[in-house]
Amino acid sequence: MGFNGRDVAIVGIGHTEYSKNSGRSELQLAAECSLAALQDAGIEPADVDGMVTFTIDNNDETGLCRCLGVRDLAYTARVPGGGAGSVATLQHAAAAVSSGIADTVVIWRAMNERSQYRFGQPSAGGASTAGVGASSLMSAIPYGAQSPGSWLALSAQKYMHTYGVTNRDLGLVSVLQRAYAANNPDAWFYGKPITLEDHQNSRWVVEPILRLLDCCQESDGGVALVVTSLERARDLQQKPVRILAASSSLPTNNEVITNFYRDDLLEMTESRMVAPRIFRQAGLSPADMDVAMFYDAFTPAVLMQIEAFGFCETGAAKDLLADGFGQIDSALPFNTNGGLIGEAYVHGMNSIIEVVRQLRGTSHNQVAGAQLGLATSGPAGAILGVD
Amino acid sequence: MSEQAQKPVDPIPNMEDKWYWEGADRGEFLGERCTECRAFRHPPRPMCPHCHSLGREHVALSGKGVVDSWVTPVHPRSFGFDTPPLVVLVMLEEGYRVIANLLDVAPEDVAMGMPVSVDFQETSGGRKLPVFRPLG
Repeated sequence: MGFNGRDVAIVGIGHTEYSKNSGRSELQLAAECSLAALQDAGIEPADVDGMVTFTIDNNDETGLCRCLGVRDLAYTARVPGGGAGSVATLQHAAAAVSSGIADTVVIWRAMNERSQYRFGQPSAGGASTAGVGASSLMSAIPYGAQSPGSWLALSAQKYMHTYGVTNRDLGLVSVLQRAYAANNPDAWFYGKPITLEDHQNSRWVVEPILRLLDCCQESDGGVALVVTSLERARDLQQKPVRILAASSSLPTNNEVITNFYRDDLLEMTESRMVAPRIFRQAGLSPADMDVAMFYDAFTPAVLMQIEAFGFCETGAAKDLLADGFGQIDSALPFNTNGGLIGEAYVHGMNSIIEVVRQLRGTSHNQVAGAQLGLATSGPAGAILGVD
Repeated sequence: MSEQAQKPVDPIPNMEDKWYWEGADRGEFLGERCTECRAFRHPPRPMCPHCHSLGREHVALSGKGVVDSWVTPVHPRSFGFDTPPLVVLVMLEEGYRVIANLLDVAPEDVAMGMPVSVDFQETSGGRKLPVFRPLG
């Protein structure tokens, strides 16, 4: 167990619909998804005493407390790194509950990042504020590298070139995840699978790395989870999903997304640092995982996380994928909600609740008998398990 | 790739890197080095991570390096460019990477490890950006 105090569990999950135009404020999305998660858990909103989110969320805790009628919020945390911090929210919520400084922690994310602004397109400096973790971002702007896709592609190019990973190889990720999304009624791409030829025919976004179908969506939506002690979880209405390990890493000279200055561009150093830590915390190994959600803002990051979290050697993910790794009947089905590419991009959080669904046995693409699940967001990782 | 009606946007300096862009305005390609242990560092920062000295100097670099990564952002269209730019990471002789544009090369002709040397390109506001061209 990675936390020295009380054992900890996820007892509620909630989300709004995933759309391209929610028609309501980001605060309303936050309130709706948080209430849904609390109702799923069977916990009175007034009793929430902790809140965790991560940077680039426009909502304040104050507004969300006002909506939910929270009496006394004892603990808050806002994790750095944008989407890279999504899985790290579990670390903070679990640490708060395990130590006893909070009993009922809501983790939320709510964004209109398609209708209110365009998250994947150039913006006037907003992405360079403190807490985002992309501290060298502004120096890329005059050179025309102005979007998240362009930055990710720059850091992925050397990896792909060195190991002979082609854009067609990346397409295996998109095809797999769109197949999962096609069977998931919550997914924006429900009923819309793609073929590898569709992927190869989609237009270049950043040549020669990313086509349109290598990129996650821009979505409107909100997602929330409720974390409490395992002891209390056993008296609540849902099957508890334990947080067995959760951690994150910021190695020297790393950044989020504009990660050009680390020593070795061939590996995700941050994932390499965090992976052994979470498996050690949980007393488990990669081979023990029944299902995984790898942060998939762009397809190359999926291959690099499969490698960095210990499922194969560096450079071997493309061959693993070609052999069917990730499929529902494979050694490790992953991104079974369709991921951020197929379901929605609520900055990673919608994939975290898919791990919970898998361990409850309620996924639309259920992995038979799933007991242990991995969630990763680059520099953060968590291992969840059934009670 | 060569003649653009549009020019790149001006750099957006901060307190740590303004010397880089001001050097470029003068036609100098500078790097940051610790005055105590002489280690180069990038991106710029006020403290040396090796010896923790606050001493920093900005010295002329060779301006030579090799291509370590390259991409062409096609969509959305980049501000300041009529056609998609060739964006590169250059591994400098001094042992660290910088981001820049590579001029005078078609994207299909770029190769990993291609030797390049620095030049300067004017921005829309009359400043200068360090850019690279193939060596020789």
